Parts: sequence; C-alpha cells; structure tokens
Amino acid sequence: MTREEIDNNGDDMMIDDPNPKIENEFNVHYLRIYYGNLFPYSDIHKWLSYGHDGKHPGCDEYYFGRREFSFTLENDVYLRYKSFKNASAMEDAIKSNFPYKIDIGAVYSVDPDKRHAYAHSGTNLFTPVERELVFDIDITDYDDVRYCCSGADVCTKCWPLMTVAIKVIDTSLREDFGFKYILWVFSGRRGVHCWVCDAKARRLTNEQRSAVAEYFRVYKGNENNAKKVDLMGHSLHPFLARSYVDFLKNFFEGELQTNQSIFSSKEKYEKILGMITDEDIQSDLRGKWENSARSSLSEEATSLLRWEQLKKTLQSKKNKAPSLRTCIEEIVFTFTYPRIDLEVSKQMNHLLKAPFCVHPKTGRVCVPIDPNNCDEFDPLAVPTLSQLIEEINAGGLSMDVDDDSDKSLLGKSIKYFRSSFLEPLLKSCKEEIESSYKTKIGKSKDTFSW
Amino acid sequence: MEVIRSQKRTASNDIVSTPTLPLYLTAPPMEVRLEEFELFAIDRLRVLKGVSDGLARGRNPNEMDDLVDTLWKEHMRLPDVSEMINKDIISHFVLRLVYCRSDELKKWFLSMETALFRHRFRIKKIEEQRAIVGEFGLPYKAVIGAELESLKERLVLVARSLCQTSSDVENIYYKVPFEEVPDLVATRRVLLQKGYAFVAGSQLVSLVVTQFRSHLSKALILTNRKWTTTIREREKDRLTPIVEALSTSYLGPDYTQSSEYADISLKDIDQVSKSSFPLCMRHLFEKLREDHHLKHGGRMQLGLFLKGVGLKLDDALAFWREEFTKKVGSERFDKEYAYAIRHNYGKEGKRTDYTPYACSKIITSAPGAGDHHGCPYRHFSEDNLKAALSRMGLSSRGMEDVMDKVRNRHYQLACTLTFEAVYGTSCDTGINHPNQYFEESQKILKSKTPTAPV
Repeated sequence: MTREEIDNNGDDMMIDDPNPKIENEFNVHYLRIYYGNLFPYSDIHKWLSYGHDGKHPGCDEYYFGRREFSFTLENDVYLRYKSFKNASAMEDAIKSNFPYKIDIGAVYSVDPDKRHAYAHSGTNLFTPVERELVFDIDITDYDDVRYCCSGADVCTKCWPLMTVAIKVIDTSLREDFGFKYILWVFSGRRGVHCWVCDAKARRLTNEQRSAVAEYFRVYKGNENNAKKVDLMGHSLHPFLARSYVDFLKNFFEGELQTNQSIFSSKEKYEKILGMITDEDIQSDLRGKWENSARSSLSEEATSLLRWEQLKKTLQSKKNKAPSLRTCIEEIVFTFTYPRIDLEVSKQMNHLLKAPFCVHPKTGRVCVPIDPNNCDEFDPLAVPTLSQLIEEINAGGLSMDVDDDSDKSLLGKSIKYFRSSFLEPLLKSCKEEIESSYKTKIGKSKDTFSW
Repeated sequence: MEVIRSQKRTASNDIVSTPTLPLYLTAPPMEVRLEEFELFAIDRLRVLKGVSDGLARGRNPNEMDDLVDTLWKEHMRLPDVSEMINKDIISHFVLRLVYCRSDELKKWFLSMETALFRHRFRIKKIEEQRAIVGEFGLPYKAVIGAELESLKERLVLVARSLCQTSSDVENIYYKVPFEEVPDLVATRRVLLQKGYAFVAGSQLVSLVVTQFRSHLSKALILTNRKWTTTIREREKDRLTPIVEALSTSYLGPDYTQSSEYADISLKDIDQVSKSSFPLCMRHLFEKLREDHHLKHGGRMQLGLFLKGVGLKLDDALAFWREEFTKKVGSERFDKEYAYAIRHNYGKEGKRTDYTPYACSKIITSAPGAGDHHGCPYRHFSEDNLKAALSRMGLSSRGMEDVMDKVRNRHYQLACTLTFEAVYGTSCDTGINHPNQYFEESQKILKSKTPTAPV
C-alpha cells in the first residue's frame, strides 16, 4: 500500500491491494478504519455510565462526564485527564485523535477537564470518587517458571498459566468477596486484565483495594531469593486450600508437566531442589536424578516420574521439620499460582487500558474472556486489525457496530460483552438507582410530616 | 473547648462515664488554661514522636505495646485519674488543630494516633476491649447456630494456618463486611465468604482501629475547614502562634534538601557508592551498572536517594542516561525515562519535590520478579545477603551478629550493625533512613581524611 493510494477520509476506505503486505499486524490506517467502524462506542458508554442514562429522576447525568480517560497517540504523545460529556463526545474525540491506546481512569469528584478550577491549597477537592477494582496479570512475571518463551512472547504452552490465574482469582472474587459483575479482558499480547464493576467494588478505598491485592498475593520473589513462596502455618488458609485442590494441583500435574517438563534437565530441577530447605533430601534426590539422566523415557515422562519421587520422599520425611510439611504445596504454588501486579490494583487513580482497544505491537483486539470458558481461549486466535479489515473488504461495508452475530470476527466478543456482562450489570445498576432514589424521596417526605 | 486565662479551672464534671481509653469522638465542653493548652500538647507530641521512632526502628507489635505503655506513663501520667483523662483528651484535640493544616501533617498525625490507639487498646483486658467496641456503636453480630456450624471446619483451618493450636480456636466470631477489616484480609487472618469476614474476638483490635482511623481522618478534614475559616484569624494573637510553632519542631529530617555533608558530583559517584552507600542502594547501583537498567521501584528508590545525597538534576539526567542508553538507546531514554527523573525533582506535573524513602517505607515495599529495590536485610535470601555483606567487608563474626538481627526481623538494626562494622564506630541513634547512613558515613570518612575525596 503506497502513500498515494491512501485516502484520508475515514468513511471511504477500500484498500486496493487485495493482498496487502503486512509486516506487522498493526498500522495507523487500519486503526482509523477500526475506530471508524468497529469500536463499540455505545457499549462502552453504557457500561461506564452504570445506569445513569438520564431516563430516571434518580440518575446523575454528569456521572459519565467525571470519568478520566487518557489517550496515547502516535509518537508517544500522552494526553491525560480527558473527559467527555456523553457517548458522541467520546466518539468524536477518538475519531479525531485515533489514539494508539485508550486508558480508563477513575470517576472524579469534578470533571477532570476542569480540575484546575478546584485546586485549593492544603485540601484537595479533585479526588477520585469511584473506580472499578482492577487486576493486571502479565505473563512476563512468570518468566522464571516458563521454559517455552520469555519476555513478550506467548504460546499455547504457557498461556494456560493465565487460564489458571483467571480461574483462581475469579472464583475467589465471587465466593470470598461476593462480587458479581466481573469482566475479564485479554490485554492484547501477553496477559489479562480484570474489571470488578460492582458498586461496592467501585467505592473501595485505596487501603481496601490494597487489602484485596495482598489477600491474593503469595509469590514474593525476585532473583535474590531462592524460595519465593513461603506458606507458613500448619495448614493452608481455606482460600489457598480451595485454589490448590480445585485448580492448581491438577494443572501442575497435568498440563504444566506436559508443556514445560519442569524436571527434565539439571538446570530445571536444580531450581526446584533449591526450594527444599533440607540439604539431605536435596542430595538424595539429586543423586537419583543424575543417575537416571540417560534414561530412555521422554522428557515429559521423566519429569512426571521425578515429581512422584519428590513427593514420596517429602511425604516420608515431612515430620523432620515443620517447613517441609508445606513444601509440596509451595512448589506447586511457585509454578502455578497467579502473580498479579499489585501496584495496578492498589490505587484508585491508576489507569488501565480499555477493552476493545488494539494492541500496537500485535494488532490484536483486547477482547473479553469468558471465565467459564477460559480453557478455550487462544491468544493467538484473537482477531487482528488486518483480519478485521480484510473482513470488511470481503463483505463490503455491511460491518456495523451493532452487529453481534456469530458470523463476524468481532461479533462474538461484542455479543458476549453485551449479554453476559453489560445486561446483568445495568439491570442491577438501575435497581440500585431506583431504590436509593426511593429512599431519598421517602426521607424528604418525612420532613414534611407534622 | 474553651481556653481561658484564669488560674483556676472550673470543675470538669463532663467526663463522667468515659472509659480509660477515650475515642475522641466529640470535643467535650471543657475549659482549658492557656498554659495547659501548650504543655499538654507538647507532652503528647513526645509520646507520638516516640511511637514514630519505634515504628521506624521496626519494633514488633509486642515491643510497641511496651514502648507505648512506657511513653504514656512517662509523659502523660498525673496523680488524679480524671485529670489524666482530661489531659489525654485536651492534648489530642489541640494536636488536631496543629496537624490538620496540610496533607503531610494530617498523614503523620493520623498514622501516629492510630498506632498509639492500637497499642493502648491491645494492652486492655478483653472486657474493657469489648466495652470500647460497644462505645463505637458497631452493629456487628456474633455468628451462632447453624451458620457457625457450617463455617467451623474452615474457621479451624484459618486458625491452624496462623499456627494456632486447636485449643486456641475461639468460640465467638463476628460477621463483618470485609471492607471494615482490611488488615486482617490482607494478611489472610480471617475466613471470607460472600463479602463477609469472620472476625475472632481476639481480632477485635483490627475492627476498632479501622473505625478509629476512619473517624479521625474525617474529623481532621472538618477541623481544617474550621481552622482556615474562623479559628486561625480569631486566635491570631493567642492560640495561632502556639499552634503554628508546635508542628515544626517535631518531625525528623526528611532529606529533601541535601546538607553540607551530602553533595556529590558525577565523577565521584562510583567511588562514593562503594564507600558510603547503604547496602540497599549499593545493590541497586551495582545492578544498574551491570544491567544498564532498573525497573520502576528501583529507579524511584535509588533516584530519590541520589537526589537526597546531593546529585543535581542535570547530573542525574546524565547519570541515568549514560546507563540506560546502553540498553534502550537515547531516543527511548528521552521518551520514557527522562520525564520521570525530572518529575522526581519537582520539575514536572504537580511539581512536588519528592522526599527520599525512609527505611520504613523501603522495608515494607514488595519487590517482585525482576526488581532489585526493597531492603536486602528483609528481601534477600540468607546466602545472597551473606555474600553481599562480605563484599562490604564484614568479617564472619560481624556477619553473624547481623544475620541474627535479620532472623529476628530487626532489619534496621541489622543495617545499623553493618554500619558499625564497616566504619568501626557505634551508631547510637540507629539507622532509619538511607540518606542518614550516607551522611553519617561521609562525616566519618571526611573526619579521617579531610582533604582527600571519599
């Protein structure tokens, strides 16, 4: 595609070359088409309005306008504190800037646009008032336990780490914390984001968010410590026990072993031996495994066998020292338990990428993930910008934002977003608006009684 | 509260049914002599400063209980119990005026008063504690019957996960929304189900402290409003000067401005890192030289430290640029990292001149995969720590002493002992800030060789 062929009118994009050469999946012209035709503006607006659509007297019509957005433009220009009165203002701003990345921030006490008018010395009148409880899980934080990829790469062998993370966290958010309106989103390249949208969650203070994040924290590692998971105590907390029994144990002994064969080479198994605090047991196992180095078994079978040996040895010696009692679980947790980025969750004013953005490095759309079907999610099959553009070209301009049929690439995701997430959420928001309105009215009625 | 000049104080019959641990929910209608106004506040400030000191030295909760008990008896005791309670209340409300006036002052006061309350509460008997919980009017119900039965097995698991034996498992649990006990949730010390935490009787302190803190936080905002709108002007010849003087005298140095002992230039920096940096900063510095990169936590911790040590903005930019461009190239450095450095020096954004982190902050940070910040005494494995200490020149005897402190979680004392071993001198005040370590070290080295660069 040469420069002369490009027509900069966003409404009239037909790409002449039927097989455009794609060096990477992302370019700014595709992005314009995407934001011109496919980005679900009204769904995002409905979501972030949380029922304040002005159709009920209890609605706060300025609620959406107090939400902070940020745009990252081409050339890394970063625009913070953007806010929009309504959906069309948001749409216009996106269509005139074509941001490479859109982040969603908090709902503030006043319009972010107008924050300077409220700056006083000493006391800050511009403060965050509501914000979803969010989590960010990035597979690069697992680099010390995945052997197939490292850094920005991800494949079908290591992605299951994300799957199991989703299951553990999602279950706990619902069972332990009682949250219901949870959206999981693919981050576009190598991780997942989680948006907890219950009213209770949106009103949590920074201290409370920090508490939830710490509750989820188990892994405390970096290259300076050998044992990165320390499960003290005589038993596991019920949350950890449930995660272990329902998800982690089977994942470790099954899919993880198959994909990563974590015992199959000396370098790999030394790392695990380092987690056993007893030197004698370490040498015992080391001896066994060095001797069997030339066995004819496959990598996977070797790995499984060694795991069984390790378990047996630890079982028989576990009364030797209290720290050995939880050693097996610690090893499993080290390899499989979710590693969330605590800083993202702790502060209300932390920005997070919006769903349905496009990742600039991969061209993939940040689509929602269904936690009940997350085993089926394949990060390498997520629609890319160029695939979407091809689809438009193939079908003419019948692509339209309201299309949520299964026939289009993006349609399935939009349908899921609407029916499984947005609808139930909005229903409960409206109920809340109505009931708090009734309470308010009820109260003022009382003041008139005599 | 009414402040009067007369010598006699009118009888205060207003503090009738107060327990010995007031909650400071409302300012009582009392009259206070002007002299007491200031003196009571100063005594309480001594207590709060002692609390601050204890926390900075990483004292564990039991040690803090003892410390608070001692401080209270030393500064706040009076022969008459009701007079003692009056002093308690008066001094608290006076300090509210002093510390409501800026965000930084509020934050400090809130933390110290909450800690003071927490430890005073902990040493009370269980019946007194329950009475105090009642005072707050908290609506929590005890869990009984079938609900308790269905939870019992998991409650036992929680207790065992905290190394409590079966006989310790308690009989009374309160069902409380999880938001009210964030510290118990964060440390997984409670069972959670559908948004509720099941809090044992012995964990009441957490509930109460959260309430206390939340109430005081709101009260400080109101006090500030009253102060700025009416009190400050009205009292400008009487109370205002006292109030304004009280806050400046008791906060420790924050190292935002470097002192005469701390002023380094780029060419000295490698030398000085080996001779005067505390272990945490030396580690970060070495890693930066080695990897030509540091993650965010490390950049903040080391960057602010260097600022406190006297590295000027231009030198700082040159320093980080020199390293980072070896890995990410000059353009990316300018785009992604230079802004943050300027931000730290208060040249961007809201232009706050950020203060270098104290030990308490560094110790409680959470370095994750790929990070090198934090406190090595806390975050390194024993082997790695020993290796690092031996590179600093510690003998095996000296190392044993340090490791002993580490095993008992006295991380700042470990650092102090390291300091003492490296420089062959004692450090009575103890290390509670990396920049303090640096300045003390420079003092010693300069006094030994006054003209040579150290």
